Parts: sequence; structure tokens; C-alpha cells
Amino acid sequence: MRPVGVIAWNVYRESVRDKVPYTLVVFTVLLMLASLLIGQLSAGQDVRIIKDLGLAASSLIGLFIAIFLGIGLVSKEVEKRSIFVILSKPVARHQFILGKYLGLLLTLAVNLAVMAAAHYLVLAWTAWGVPAAVQAAWERPALDVGLLAAYALTFCELAVVTAVALAFATLSSPLLASAFTVATVVAGRLSADLRSIGDVVESPRAQQLARALYAVLPHLDAFDVRAQVVHGPPVTATVVLWSVALAACYVVAALAVALLVFSRRDFR
Amino acid sequence: MTGILARRRATTSAAVLACLLLAWLCQMQRDRALPPPTSGQPVLTLRSGTLLRRLSVGYATVLADLYWMRTVQHYGGEKRRLGAATPALPSASTAPGATGTAQAQSAAARTAGGYALLHPLLDITTTLDPRYSIAYRFGAIFLAEPFPGGAGRPDLALALLERAVRENPTRWEYLQDAGFVHYWWRHDFAAAAAMFDRASQVPGAPWFLRSLAAHTLAEGGDRQSSRVLWQTIQASTEVAWLREDAERRLLQLDALDAVDHLQALVDAAPPTIVRGQGWAPLIRARIVPGTPLDPMRVPYVLRADGRVVLATASPLFPLPDEPERREVRP
Repeated sequence: MRPVGVIAWNVYRESVRDKVPYTLVVFTVLLMLASLLIGQLSAGQDVRIIKDLGLAASSLIGLFIAIFLGIGLVSKEVEKRSIFVILSKPVARHQFILGKYLGLLLTLAVNLAVMAAAHYLVLAWTAWGVPAAVQAAWERPALDVGLLAAYALTFCELAVVTAVALAFATLSSPLLASAFTVATVVAGRLSADLRSIGDVVESPRAQQLARALYAVLPHLDAFDVRAQVVHGPPVTATVVLWSVALAACYVVAALAVALLVFSRRDFR
Repeated sequence: MTGILARRRATTSAAVLACLLLAWLCQMQRDRALPPPTSGQPVLTLRSGTLLRRLSVGYATVLADLYWMRTVQHYGGEKRRLGAATPALPSASTAPGATGTAQAQSAAARTAGGYALLHPLLDITTTLDPRYSIAYRFGAIFLAEPFPGGAGRPDLALALLERAVRENPTRWEYLQDAGFVHYWWRHDFAAAAAMFDRASQVPGAPWFLRSLAAHTLAEGGDRQSSRVLWQTIQASTEVAWLREDAERRLLQLDALDAVDHLQALVDAAPPTIVRGQGWAPLIRARIVPGTPLDPMRVPYVLRADGRVVLATASPLFPLPDEPERREVRP
């Protein structure tokens, strides 16, 4: 498995060279500006809004990284012809794909961890000096550990999206792969609506189509607990564990497709 | 070589800064020559919260936050605009035909577009995030409050609170707020008592709700009941502006007490005292010790017809339209 580790580490280093960590600066500045402005505009809802904003921004930034870097993982090597050099070494094709995937996952994990830390810092800054009596009346404390559940499930979602992007990247051109991945993300986020559409339409064919799409598409809304961790009922360990298992299933399925296509692909 | 590169970088940076500065100056000159169009009446293009929820693709809570901030700004902006436009409105509690006047003003506000977007914005916010507690409570107060303080639509406030109760059956606060709207703005004390009673049955509800229900049923319309209501809101709310609003209401009740007391003194004054010259004749006759001031230190006005009213300049103006005291049967 050594080649997998080497490729993964190189993907991470390449992402640093590609200035991906700059997104962290954008995230932190966005949150700090928001914390300064929102207090004036939100009639006392600043902590809640900073939580919402931080979780949404980390998810969006993560999605951008997962989609656009995920697509480029294979296509860049093919375009630069460096794929021939790599595959001429003792590196199997499945090791190449796995290494690329794990490298991007490492990039995403580091990014999410730093964003979570920055998020907590900004929340601590916002809550600084607020009387204890007021803080006690908040639905959740500013430095709520429960936010980590949302970050963990965001990571699961990103792991799925990266695997899907990688699968599409092995199947088609970068442009088409980007379009397919974005479409999958949007449809996956709306999968609950897809199910309900199946219940309300009268045409049996439309019902079958909705049911088929619901079965095939990854249910990315299962990883969205952002509202719950901010003000809903607590997210239990069972929910997190089942969501992780769900993500693992999707990842394995998408990577299997990627490996299948990549192992048969002719690069000439 | 390094020196040349450094000089080139510095020159480029300076050129960029100069261009930005020039662009700013040009923009100012351009705006002076042709001012940018003012936005005029605010517009809410998309009114379906459900559609917006779908369009948000998983980021509904952030969108709800944006709509919440828009709600606060809309309310604040409208209040400022309407407050500036209607400085001389008569006090609802003291003017003849007070209730009719308040309703007419409320209708006028609606036709003039005052707070027209308040309900749609709150509706969208709470559809995007059905647990947006503060939006429901904000709506309960400011949708129900008569013009110019609010939209004068207790029916919409109650509809919003009904949804709040449906979405969050474990929160007693919404039932308390609904009872409050029934009590204060609809003067339906039986419905108010029923709401307080329902609120008291929610697990974790404070003990005072049960006695509040009984008190409302027995003493509906009494000013003391109003005071108890506002005091419970003041004591139970964690939201600063809600607490401040309750404090302001309590001061208004103090002002109503003072107006009644002063009116009694004026009415009891001998007919020899000259009317129509304000407080001076009453002070000279030692009926009042000095110019009476309201809780915000603004003098009360003694009108030529002998009525004591709150000055329109007072931050407590207008005083609330008090419910009439009456016996309530369940």
C-alpha cells in the first residue's frame, strides 16, 4: 500500500501548491466580518447566524474543493501525459485512483479541521463579554461541541462527492464531469423532494422514474444536520454512525465505478 | 536583478492603487452628475418559502438568516419612515373614538404599504427554518401591534403563531404569545385564558402560566392584568429587544395610571380655574405641584377641552388602546 500513501501525500502537497489553503483565509475573514456586522442587523441572533454561516461556508468551500480538485485529479495527469510515467512505475491503476482519492480526502480533512477551529474562535470572540445570564438563555452555548457533528457529517458528504467526481472524471471530459457532479450534488440534496414528487404525481411512469432516481442518487441530505446542531434536537451518535455507514457505501460504490472504468481505459 | 524585480513590483502595486483611487473619484463624479436610482418601495420578488427552500439546495438555514435580517431592516426602516411621516397622530387611548381611529390608521398603513412586507418576510423566514423562534415571537408582537408601531394584523400574528405551535409543540412560549395577542389586541379574554391554560400544560412550562390563565379569566380587561402579562414577558424572555419592549409597555401602563390620576384632579378642579392655558393655572392653585412629567420625563399635555394626554414627542407615544374591563365567562 506504500504507493497509495505516496500518491496521497503528493496530492495533498499539490493542493497546497495550488493555493487551496487560501480558502481558509476567505472563510475566516468572512466569519470575522459577519460577526462584526451581524450583531447590528440581526436583533440579537448573531451567535446563531455565525453558526449557520460558518457551517454553510465550510460546506460550500469543501464542495468547491471536492468537485473541482476531484475532477482535475485524473484529467491533469492525462493531459500532461504524466500518467504514463506514473503507471510505468510499480503502481497499479487501482492504487493510483485510491491514492488520488485519499490525498484529496486528506486535503479536505485538514481544511475542515482548520475551518472548524476558526469557527470556534470567532464564536468565542462573539460570545466574549456577553453576560452569563444571557448566555444561559441561548438555545445552545456558543462553543457547542455539537457543531462537530455537523463538521463530521459535512466531511462524510464531501467524501461521497469526491468519489462521485472521481468516477465522473474517469468516465468523461473535465467539463462534462463537473456538470454531472454538480447535478448529482443538487439532485442528492433534493432527494427527499424527489421521493415526495413520486407520491404526488398521478402518472405511474413518472412515479417509477422518481422512485428509480431516488434509489440511484446519493441521499446527500442525510448528511445535513446543520439546522439541528444550531437549534434543533441534539444529533445522536446513532445518527452520526448510520450516516458514516451510508457515506461508506456510496464511496465504495463510486470508487468501484471509477476503478472499473480506469482499469480499462486506454490513454493513447 | 532582484532590485529590478522589486522595483517593478512596487511600480505595479502603486499603479493598481492609483487606478483604484481614480476609479473611486470617477464614480463619485459620475454619481454627482447622475445620482443612482433610489430603490423606492421595497420589493419581495419570490414570496414562496417552499420554493426558496428548494432553491437553497441544503442551505435553507442561511437563507432564513438572510430573510430574518431583511425582516428586521424592513421593520426598522418602515417604523422610522412612518414615525417621521406621522408625528402628530392623536393618542389612541385618549382621542375620541380611539378604537376606530386605530383601525383606520392601520388600514391606511396597509394601503400605503406600511409594513406590507412584514408578514411575507416572516412567513418566508419561518418556512425556510420552521424552528426560527425569534421570527415567530417578533411576528407575534409587531404584526399584531396597531399602526404606526406595527402592521395592525393580529389575525396574521395568530396564524404565524399557530404554525409555530404546530412545528414546535414543546415550546410553551408561542402559546403564551398567542394568548397575549388574544388578550391585548383582540380583547378576547376567554381565548387568551384558553391559550395560557394550554401553555401551562406543556411540559416544562413555568408555574405562573396557570395562575395567569385563571387571572385572565377572572379579571379580563383589568389594567393590573395587563401589567401582570407584561411583567411575565419581561421576566421570562431571554431576548433583549423583547424585554425592552415589555419594559416600555410597563412604562406606558404607568403613564396611563398617571393620566387617569391627573384627569381626576383636573375634573375635580373648581370651575373658577382658567381652562385652555395648560398646567400654569393648576400649578398656581396648588392642585398639581408642578408640570407633571411622564415616565420618560416629557410633560403631559393639558388640552383646551380639559383632557390630559401624553405628548406626541414622548417616546411612549402612542399609548395603547386599552381593553375594556369586563366580566368573562368561559
